[in-house]
Amino acid sequence: MSETLTSRPSIAEADAHQPGAHIDHDTNTGISNTKLGMWLFLASECLLFGGLITTYLLYRRPLEGPGPHDVFDIPFTSVSSFVLLMSSLTMVLAVSAIERREHQRMRVWLGATALLGAVFIAGQIYEFTAFVREGLGFTTSRFSSAFYTLTGFHGVHVTIGIIMLVSLVLLSMRGKLPEHRSETVEIVGLYWHFVDVVWVVIFAVVYLIP
Amino acid sequence: MALTEERPLALPSGDVETDYSPTGVFTRPTADTGWRSWITTVDHKKIGIMYGATAILFLIIGGLEALLIRLQLWSPNGTLLSADLYNQVYTMHGTTMVFLVVMPIGAAFANYLMPLQIGARDVAFPRINAFSFWVYAFAGIFINTSWFLGGAADGGWFMYAPNSGVVFSPTHGIDFWNIGLLIAGIASLTGAVNLIVTVLNMRAPGMTLMRMPVFTWMTLVTQFLLLFAIPVLTSAQILLMMDREYSANFFNVAKGANPLLWEHLFWVFGHPEVYLMILPAFGLVSEILPTFARKPIFGYPFIVFSGVAIGFMGWGVWAHHMFVSGIGPISVTTFSLTTMFIAVPTGVKILNWTATMWGGKLRFSAPMLFSIGLVTMFTIGGLSGVMHSVAPMDTQQTDTYFIVAHFHYVLFGGAFFGFMAGFYFYWPKAFGYMLNETLGKTNFWLMLLGFNLTFAPMHVLGLQGMSRRIYTYSAGYGFEVWNKVATVGAFILASSVALFIFNIFYSKSKSKNLPPVGADPWDARTIEWMTPSPVPAYNFDPTPTVSRVDDFWYRKYGETKDGKLVRIAKTEDVVQKRTDGKGIHLPSPSYWPIVVAFGLPIVGYGIIYSLWLALIGGIIVVGGIYGWVMEPPDDPDLAHDDDHGPESHSSSDGAAHDVASESESSTEAKEVETVV
Repeated sequence: MSETLTSRPSIAEADAHQPGAHIDHDTNTGISNTKLGMWLFLASECLLFGGLITTYLLYRRPLEGPGPHDVFDIPFTSVSSFVLLMSSLTMVLAVSAIERREHQRMRVWLGATALLGAVFIAGQIYEFTAFVREGLGFTTSRFSSAFYTLTGFHGVHVTIGIIMLVSLVLLSMRGKLPEHRSETVEIVGLYWHFVDVVWVVIFAVVYLIP
Repeated sequence: MALTEERPLALPSGDVETDYSPTGVFTRPTADTGWRSWITTVDHKKIGIMYGATAILFLIIGGLEALLIRLQLWSPNGTLLSADLYNQVYTMHGTTMVFLVVMPIGAAFANYLMPLQIGARDVAFPRINAFSFWVYAFAGIFINTSWFLGGAADGGWFMYAPNSGVVFSPTHGIDFWNIGLLIAGIASLTGAVNLIVTVLNMRAPGMTLMRMPVFTWMTLVTQFLLLFAIPVLTSAQILLMMDREYSANFFNVAKGANPLLWEHLFWVFGHPEVYLMILPAFGLVSEILPTFARKPIFGYPFIVFSGVAIGFMGWGVWAHHMFVSGIGPISVTTFSLTTMFIAVPTGVKILNWTATMWGGKLRFSAPMLFSIGLVTMFTIGGLSGVMHSVAPMDTQQTDTYFIVAHFHYVLFGGAFFGFMAGFYFYWPKAFGYMLNETLGKTNFWLMLLGFNLTFAPMHVLGLQGMSRRIYTYSAGYGFEVWNKVATVGAFILASSVALFIFNIFYSKSKSKNLPPVGADPWDARTIEWMTPSPVPAYNFDPTPTVSRVDDFWYRKYGETKDGKLVRIAKTEDVVQKRTDGKGIHLPSPSYWPIVVAFGLPIVGYGIIYSLWLALIGGIIVVGGIYGWVMEPPDDPDLAHDDDHGPESHSSSDGAAHDVASESESSTEAKEVETVV
């Protein structure tokens, strides 16, 4: 410190009245609050799915009832997985459209994403009913409980994603999604990609591991 | 740190909100006072106060449960509670104290203080902040309604499965516990996201990470622990819910379930949980000890990084809760070693606090006494904790009262003493009047006495072999004397808490005849003390520019060459004056957080009783979320009555950035001045 020990000259303090001091206008990291919040939420989701995937790995060999490879239809699930992965592509196209201010195109791609997600969910519902017909009820064995909980939980995540996508399309159609709010689309996209990536892990762990 | 990175912002100045008409189905509420202002508030300070008040209500409930336990154990063959009721009482005592008292008081301090300590206007997501609080409050009420609906949970706070299955606990108690904590988990998760974003994104100019007050650092670590620990508990609880409500086989041993699954998942959550309960208290005493020793905290980077180290290492010690469960010698050895290692960063903190006090001009005010109470009592609890890392010894102590003694020394002697210190220290800042010092000191000595009388004998009882969770014991084992001492201690402890609550009202009534406390009654060090007391809604006007750790202190004091402290400015000249706050843009209140939060317990009742009820709850939640999203972002007429065009916006942004980057390289105030 200085030797003179005078009072420190009045430092220029940031004016609290400036709109720039308002939340969301600028941030220390340069990442907006909502986007950082979504990243943190997804980090937390990793642990949630981590717990369920671990449980599945522990229980994937049942003591009774049909086992994984008695019921799984790998070609069918591969196709529905491919559909879900393609929805990530359409999601990217939607984000790129809004950044180029092409609202109509964005709505088309968002709708396509939601549709592909819905096809995946329909496939999952079909798959579940087929498994139940083959004798794999939710309470049949430790494997069946773990399988339905893990994949069903993922299905719920996809469904929530579809609801968000449809809400975005509706908002945009009513003009409530102008360019400066394009980040909302990007953030929903982050969630959607995460759900896809989790499916890649689940598909590998549940369906492909012998 | 690149605070100045140039990139287009989400809302580039200029073309904002002009062509954008928010969907204004409902206008935002505007009340500033009265009950409406509390249920619609998004102000982090009011939310912090509500967290604290609600937690103290639950503290009284959990405390009464503790007194019931102690009365039951007063003499051999106690008959006050039946075995079944005793199980419910100790389960709810643990659950209440952990999830509804200690964690929320930590959240109360984090909410109230952290934005002030980093010079922010509010948290990153003010409405989500209100949502977190209401979810917590409703979850707490939801869990406790089980008392009136067929009995509370009875499986211990860790609720080991399969013991917590329908076969062994057919009442709805565990369903309430399980679903209630799932709901409370939503509160913790949203709160964690919110507070982490706030710390990372919303610091005042010049407030780099290594200039943040220690409490803010500990809040950051705590919230990261919550962010990653809560979902593990959630996944375990989803499994338990599937088992109990829908007859899944996760814990059905007949179908090959692994009884260790719950234990592992629970303690992967549970051990970070104990650190996230203690770290906020560590942060508080790290603020209080330097203030009353009139010395900077000893080894600021060490105390920060030991906190971060605890945050990381806390993930690698969970299985020391399971040494007797047969996890095998390799696992036992590994977790023994990691448990011994984690004592190191904790020891670093104890050393730092001691060295902070060493040679300081100590003032033994009530907050200081409670802080020293934490340092000493936590050390005892920490030492008995290290004993548990020695597996053979742990085998002897598992499920005895020795464990009960240990975790009460760390959680009550550690966390709660820290919170009491925080209450006494920050009371004038939050409410504008001091708590009575004489009563405060009496409060401390009574609490210290009662605490040690209650829990020190439990060490002896545990070593004598008295097991935990038994509702009674026979005469002749030598348990009588120490149980009587513990019961007397519990009542002294309860009276000390009652004295604290009395002190709140007593000091409030006396304060009317006293002069106002002023912004800085303790001659404190960090920038939250620059705000007027009680803190105005807008927090800071102007926003301070920070140039070092303990910035506020060095606005008041300088040091001579030989290290003597010299006052360089009057406190009154340094602290901020209360302004009318006009034109400072604050987030508007909202109805929706409480609406969405209200739907969640209804879904909970629905899962237990009838899916129709769950549907109604679900409609409230989803409808509330849509209302939330459609809500106009702000009331344009509110707090915007001075004109600032887009031009002033962008230019002042730049200035703030420059100050931030420049003060990084130099602590000399003059240089900061030349920049602007």
